[in-house]
Amino acid sequence: MSDTKTLGEMLTERGVSRRTFLKYASYTASILALPPTAATAIAQGIANARRQSVIWLSFQECTGCTESITRAHTPSIEDLIFDFISLDYHHTLMNASGLLAEEARLQAMADNAGKYIVIVDGSVPLKDDGACSTIAGMTNLQMLQETAKDAFAVIAVGTCATFGGIPGANPNPTGAVAISEIITDKPIINISGCPPIPEAMTGTIAYLLSFGSIPELDDLGRPKAFYGEAIHDRCYRRPFYERGMFAESFDDEGARQGWCLYEVGCKGPVTYNACATLKWNGGVSFPIQSGHGCLGCSEPKFWDMGGFYEPLSTATGDPLKWAGGAAIAGAAIGAASAALARSRRNKAIKAGASKPSEEAE
Amino acid sequence: MELLEFARGPVMTFALTVFIGGMVFRIFSLFLMWRTRDSSAGSSRERSSFSAALREIIRRLWPQAAYKQRTLFDLVNGYVFHLGLAIIVFGLAPHILFIKDLTGLSWGALPNNLIYAVGIITLVSLIAALVRRFVSPPLRIISTFDDWFSWLVTFLPVLTGLIASSHLGARYETLFALHLFSVALLLVWLPFGKLMHFFLVFVTRSQTGIQLSHRGAQL
Repeated sequence: MSDTKTLGEMLTERGVSRRTFLKYASYTASILALPPTAATAIAQGIANARRQSVIWLSFQECTGCTESITRAHTPSIEDLIFDFISLDYHHTLMNASGLLAEEARLQAMADNAGKYIVIVDGSVPLKDDGACSTIAGMTNLQMLQETAKDAFAVIAVGTCATFGGIPGANPNPTGAVAISEIITDKPIINISGCPPIPEAMTGTIAYLLSFGSIPELDDLGRPKAFYGEAIHDRCYRRPFYERGMFAESFDDEGARQGWCLYEVGCKGPVTYNACATLKWNGGVSFPIQSGHGCLGCSEPKFWDMGGFYEPLSTATGDPLKWAGGAAIAGAAIGAASAALARSRRNKAIKAGASKPSEEAE
Repeated sequence: MELLEFARGPVMTFALTVFIGGMVFRIFSLFLMWRTRDSSAGSSRERSSFSAALREIIRRLWPQAAYKQRTLFDLVNGYVFHLGLAIIVFGLAPHILFIKDLTGLSWGALPNNLIYAVGIITLVSLIAALVRRFVSPPLRIISTFDDWFSWLVTFLPVLTGLIASSHLGARYETLFALHLFSVALLLVWLPFGKLMHFFLVFVTRSQTGIQLSHRGAQL
């Protein structure tokens, strides 16, 4: 439930020093690509804010997004995000279960109507009236519509919620759709990724708390601070791409030398995320640094982008599936046109309409 | 991303299907057509077909002295953009991967920065060829839709490729999709217009050489 104290008062009670808090504010301003002066605004904004009621809905998902956010890379600071918010409903993290859990959700909605934030991970199945995924007797669709109705904003985390993700991949047996396809009358922030980078989630929540507004978004509704640049453009292996030095398999000399992974299917050039800059696990590494190409997991339909190990420049599917038929048809039409031309010529010769000096072969 | 998926999938499949069908159609219709037989006695200087064909191919690689002044620009500019196109198509790693995926054939790639430089030179050269076609009255008079359109479908992949590489004006995946669209247009047009010379150039020159040799021309 929401608290009447400000966050600043709560943090002071918990023994969080002002220095520690300002460091967090500076760090958040930094990862949000805001100017240094914004750190003060963030610090003031968070300190004066009341605890933000958050209802976290989990639909067709794997809980990887929750795993990610609970492993934000500076836990002592990032754990504060759970102090900043009143997480009133979350299947994995809440103590209550069954009817009590649902009552907590309804109570939070009633107490904070128009103010609470709904975070959703997972896609929503629409096939068979949404019967593929239900919670407490409600379909995901019903629960989302009911919960989002009085929300201040909706944050879709993970590629399943933002773009349909793996449940929505071909052949999409459950009719899974993204949250933005259902909720069209509320501001929606998409934080894509499978899972998203923890700091992208906590940073966006911190921005909402600090400024009470939506950060600048790209055309897919993602915060530009985290999704403004392609991984390829910030990849430390980029110079090898420019030099034409590629790993051709995962165990060749190129792979051992850390050359570009484009040839083994890296989707970095068309993937927008902060993996190459923020990295994972406390800034230790990210998939490309670990030797595997980017899967493009923060992009729509990444699962159907033509194979993880197929280079981006190749045609997808089976581009030559009609080649045999086309060749046969071309040969038949070509032979027929030549035969027709020969026939016309021979007829013309016989009719005396033409007197060529050469003989037909 | 949907645009790129569309370009890499259905568009490329369609373009390759038309390209292969069109190529086979052109080859069959051309080689099964009648050939006029020259029954006249050959010149005493007539060479074997192979020798005549080879000599004509080599002879046409550079200008004849009499036409040197008049054709020098076309020749040099022609070499520049033809070699440029070959380097771009067969030297850039993503292009090699595209070909490898279709045919299984691959070879070493050139550095991307070198390809970008060649791409700019090729682009300028192609523009020069267009300007020449505009400003030269005889060239302009004999130019047909085939000439203008063939130039366009050759120019666009180079232009879009350079823009995509430079990330100019739009997101990379959009520019990349536009590049694939332009390549698809080129593939579709290749068998049916004058660009078919990429396959027929040495065939037609061989035929010309054989005929000229039969009539006693000195090759």
